[in-house]
Amino acid sequence: MATTPATSRAISVEINGTTYEREVPASRLLVHFLRDDLDLTGTHVGCDTGSCGACTVLVNGQAVKSCTLLAVQADGAAVRTVEGLASEDGDLTALQQSFSDHHALQCGYCTPGMLMSATALLERNPQPSEDDVKIALQGNICRCTGYWNIIDAVVAAGKGGAA
Amino acid sequence: MTAVEIEPGTLQKGAAIGQSVPRKEDKRLVQGQGVFVDDVKRHGMGYLHFVRSPYAHAKIGSVDVSAALELPGVYGTLTGDEVAILTDPFFQISSPPGAHVKDYALAVGKVRYLGEPVVAVVAETRELARDAAELVSVDYEPLEAVVDARTALAAEAPLLHEECGTNMSWEGVYEWGDLDAAFAEADHVVKIGELHFHRFNSTPLETDGALVEYNRGVGQWTIHTNNQFPGFAGIMMGPALRVGIDKLRFVTQDIGGGFGNKITTHPQLVAACLLARKLRRAIQWTEWRTDFHQSMSHGNERWFQDTEVAVKADGTLLGFRTKAIDDAGAYLRYEPLGGVIWAQVAAGLYKWRNIRLEFTQAMTNKAPVSPNRGYSRMQQLWFTERVIDIVAQELGFDPVEIRKRNYVQPEDMPYETPNGCVYDSGDYPRVLDLALELVGYGSIEERRREAAARGKLLGVGIGSTLDSGTNNFAQSRLINPELQFSGNNEVATVKLDLFGEVIVTLGTTPQGQGHETTAAQVVADIIGCSVDQVHVRAGHDTYWNSHAGFSGTYASQFAVTGLGAVKGASDMLAGQMKQLASMVLQCAPDDIELGEGFARIKGVPEAALPFMALGAIVNMNNAGFPEDPPTLNCRYVYRPPFELPDLERKFGNLTLTYATQIHACVVEIDRETGVTEIVDYAAVDDCGTRINPRIVEGQVMGATAHAIGAALWETFAYDDEGNLLTPNFYDYHVPHALDMPPLKTAAIESPSPFTPLGTKGMGEGGGGGIHCICAAIQDALRAAGGAIVSDSHNPYHRVWELLRDPEATRANVEVVSR
Repeated sequence: MATTPATSRAISVEINGTTYEREVPASRLLVHFLRDDLDLTGTHVGCDTGSCGACTVLVNGQAVKSCTLLAVQADGAAVRTVEGLASEDGDLTALQQSFSDHHALQCGYCTPGMLMSATALLERNPQPSEDDVKIALQGNICRCTGYWNIIDAVVAAGKGGAA
Repeated sequence: MTAVEIEPGTLQKGAAIGQSVPRKEDKRLVQGQGVFVDDVKRHGMGYLHFVRSPYAHAKIGSVDVSAALELPGVYGTLTGDEVAILTDPFFQISSPPGAHVKDYALAVGKVRYLGEPVVAVVAETRELARDAAELVSVDYEPLEAVVDARTALAAEAPLLHEECGTNMSWEGVYEWGDLDAAFAEADHVVKIGELHFHRFNSTPLETDGALVEYNRGVGQWTIHTNNQFPGFAGIMMGPALRVGIDKLRFVTQDIGGGFGNKITTHPQLVAACLLARKLRRAIQWTEWRTDFHQSMSHGNERWFQDTEVAVKADGTLLGFRTKAIDDAGAYLRYEPLGGVIWAQVAAGLYKWRNIRLEFTQAMTNKAPVSPNRGYSRMQQLWFTERVIDIVAQELGFDPVEIRKRNYVQPEDMPYETPNGCVYDSGDYPRVLDLALELVGYGSIEERRREAAARGKLLGVGIGSTLDSGTNNFAQSRLINPELQFSGNNEVATVKLDLFGEVIVTLGTTPQGQGHETTAAQVVADIIGCSVDQVHVRAGHDTYWNSHAGFSGTYASQFAVTGLGAVKGASDMLAGQMKQLASMVLQCAPDDIELGEGFARIKGVPEAALPFMALGAIVNMNNAGFPEDPPTLNCRYVYRPPFELPDLERKFGNLTLTYATQIHACVVEIDRETGVTEIVDYAAVDDCGTRINPRIVEGQVMGATAHAIGAALWETFAYDDEGNLLTPNFYDYHVPHALDMPPLKTAAIESPSPFTPLGTKGMGEGGGGGIHCICAAIQDALRAAGGAIVSDSHNPYHRVWELLRDPEATRANVEVVSR
């Protein structure tokens, strides 16, 4: 006799410093857990093949595409999303400010994923070169900017925000 | 090496206009606080998932949704049979035979492309809706598919729409000038057998979607959506749903890219509307990426056959004749408007006066085409640029010199083209010189030798392009004389509110173009305040009453129509503020000046009223006002000056402005593999007065990236059975950060004499990139057999074929000289 598989599970995830305990369906992707269950809609979905990077978040400090992870796989993890970058009173990080200063966004849909990939890069390499940035952002698609201003923005943020 | 050079603005226009002020949109977007359509939620909403056709062409037999409905958490379904009862087919733009196409929100009776929505399923969660869709059983009887527009036109081809009796949706012959005289005068006739512009689109990162609510009591739908042309969606949806336009409220906020691809979502929106009414709950629909690739808004694929070009011995181009075959895909969602839109740029940038183009559009078992950045003009401009470079190569002219000889010159402006379009302003030779300088054209032969020593073939190419903007919708009558569209319009409101807030609403639906910022810049300069003081509401809402029939963001027009409306409303408000201040300060309105947030008497700085006082007086302190008091709430409809075209001659002004973009690039080709690397790239733009140069440059860059992607990697390729081979970002490679070549940009400004601010619409000139990459590849291959580039898409394997067998491509071209 086959046993009935569990179709949901209780998980506990720390997101931007807050711990969330939820029962989630086994098939729910982390990105949909963030967006649909927790209403953290800054993390976006741009494809269904793990190609575009709009859903990039930091899981235990690593940049991860949250559409390639089931929510149950994030059980016990510390997740950081774009909502966790600026301070409570809205002070932007140097990287966020640099994106605006360099016109590194147009529609803004890829921006959260770009910011999270770049945040992970800057945390491990505070002064990245242009090539470092291109490699770090290789998993993030932007259809508006052509990347040039994004690369400039990240390099500048590494130099303390100077243009 | 992403150094970007910008020539300083040639005009100083105002405190805000002409300045690269930071974007007002950015603060929310960098914090993930934008509101995109999938972010909108309602209590108890159901997620919609479409069951899609696995066949390119098939008859639909029985449809069984019972298993899906039995699944707990499934709220309901919608089938094609229901849709056929509850709605009328969408209005068709075409004259016959295309007019006979029956197009519904879901497939009725037949499917005509792979991915066509057949059944809609609504469930409690996204996952459940998708699982339930798997349980829907549809019987299909597969039919032979036709995927090539050329064979679709053959008498024996399988028929998509039986009602039409043919796969030809529309055809028209355009002829201007005297072709016989031109060819009689020609010293050389260059004949080109076939050129092909491939199928791709801009693949915005956010797919299509909506959150639809139905208010049963008033019979009205509220459609939160990312549709970029609500005016058009309303025209399509109202009659289909058998309701007046007031029953459709469209609301947008942030849209994750559009590029024209989000214009024709009306079928899916109608399905969502029907389900919201049927299931008595809000319906959430967000397309999956694969769904988007399979079904939405592919760009027009086009062949140019039997082209003949009349050329004089000195390189003067007299004219051309060609036959264009356009592939519309399975349904005419915006088509066959592409059959006339190209005529805005029939002549490209050149002075040839004799043009004949026979346009035939075919329907095929592929996804429907719809506008895509550079819609229909990009194909024509690519054709003209290909012609120039093939003529230059075959007759031994320098590609720069033949362009300069034949370009419309600055002193010719405004220039009336052979078909009555008016190029408003521009300096093409200067823009070309700037582009060439930026790619180091002067030392190109030296670099060619240096590259050859490394085993590389180096080539340089030019792509001249026009970005025609602000359509005269009367051109639709060239497609169907019965249509009652003409002109264009856009709306804005500007008001001074109670506490002196300056509030602006737009009719447009921006997708990253920064309308909140540029509109604020215009308002600030006119009413005398800072950009920060101006609050532009994000997005579009039909309830604001700041829209008209053509409202939306498409076809390179915001800087003209949108900002024209903003300027008009701001001028009205400024006049009213002066009137009110003069009443209070007891002087003549002309004695009042507006500045720094005050209305004050000129030369008497202490006699000043802050904006807050003006707002408060009108709104809450108005006893004793005259009979016609200022309202400080001004609505303006901008309407460009257009006439009806001459339908008989297909002659008239089809669009108000013509921005110029000229791109140049240097490529290196690996002889062994055909891999093409862009080593230098420049894009030079002239879109008249720039309100915010940085935003303009951002558009130039983004359009360039689209062009590079299309030229080298992006294609919607189908197999013979109509299976899409590139249905996601794995197979459909869009440029990534590492793919981008170094880019240089520059700009000049030739203000439009026809627009309120001297601006021109822009953002769609990126086709220049496709043109220049094709040209550079052909130039590089001159040293390896002289292959002719006859396709807009040249991935490394095609370049390798050009290297391997140049003679096969040269057979495509023949020169007859006197």
